[in-house]
Amino acid sequence: MAEILPLYEVFVRARRGLEHRHVGSLRAQTAEMALQYAREIYTRRQEGQSLWVVRSTDITASQEEDAPAFFDPADDKPYRQATYYQLPEGVKNL
Amino acid sequence: MSHDRGGEADPRIGAAVALADDALVLGHRLSEWCGKAPFLEEDLAMANTALDFLGRARLLYGCAERLGGRNEDEYAYLRDAPEFTNLLIYELPDADFAAVCARQFLVDAFDVLYFPQLAASAETGLAEIARKAAKEAAYHRRHSSQWMLQLGDGTADSHERLQAALDDVWGYHWELFDNSPLERPLIAAGILPDRQALRDPWQEAVAATLAQATLRLPSSKWRVDGGRAGIHTEHLGFMLAEMQHLPRAYPGGRW
Repeated sequence: MAEILPLYEVFVRARRGLEHRHVGSLRAQTAEMALQYAREIYTRRQEGQSLWVVRSTDITASQEEDAPAFFDPADDKPYRQATYYQLPEGVKNL
Repeated sequence: MSHDRGGEADPRIGAAVALADDALVLGHRLSEWCGKAPFLEEDLAMANTALDFLGRARLLYGCAERLGGRNEDEYAYLRDAPEFTNLLIYELPDADFAAVCARQFLVDAFDVLYFPQLAASAETGLAEIARKAAKEAAYHRRHSSQWMLQLGDGTADSHERLQAALDDVWGYHWELFDNSPLERPLIAAGILPDRQALRDPWQEAVAATLAQATLRLPSSKWRVDGGRAGIHTEHLGFMLAEMQHLPRAYPGGRW
């Protein structure tokens, strides 16, 4: 049965104010069942305050071969880093 | 061998033990599915649910002990079937996964009505346990209702098997709504909820989910009872033989 059940990605928010973080995946018949199984599998030890489940096939992911085109061009743009800038005199925060 | 079902002086002890027996026996039945559920996620879910019921049983036996009863191990491991006062529906063996789902759905629908009322019990020990149980029951019902929809409105085979399971277990549900002689004075004293009064809201809720799941509410009037009086199906003895084997073979054993 497992091979025909769709895969869901599970995100847990540990505490109020924090973001949801990806914790793993599971298989379930429906989104509601995925949510229940996420509760059973990923929040047994009080890890969570909130859960998201997303069909894995609904995630559009960058591919390994995209990496040079996507990420390398940022290499020579240090001015995008806050540390590139010298703090002008008299400025306490930037 | 003693047959002192609720024979303790304080009827609250017998009442707590009866509820504990319900939870222990159902928890054990669910635990039998550990490693055998249809897929991994449901296997974990069933084991978690089993642990909820075992935990509830321990709290209730503890409540009985504080009221002057015996300790939890004596209740769980050193009584024979006629001394157990669980309702029969909890002890039925599960022929297949549909049987587990059908029984669980019916008893969860009962629990979500019963425990919020028990949470207002004049007996504070019971009320506290019931507050925890009510939260668990709300979740259990959500899960078992989903299985009704999945299997009832699934394939022709799953629909047929779930309908058959519902029809099979139906005769055992009536007992959920009987107030035993031991319970009646406690109901009058505001310690226990009136089971009989829960029958109509229960059936309404059950019928609504079954309709959504394209299942038929069984119409049979055939009924079995006897659990609270210690008159059990033959299945309980076999279950206890397995459950009690270790503590009886190695009394006081620790590992």
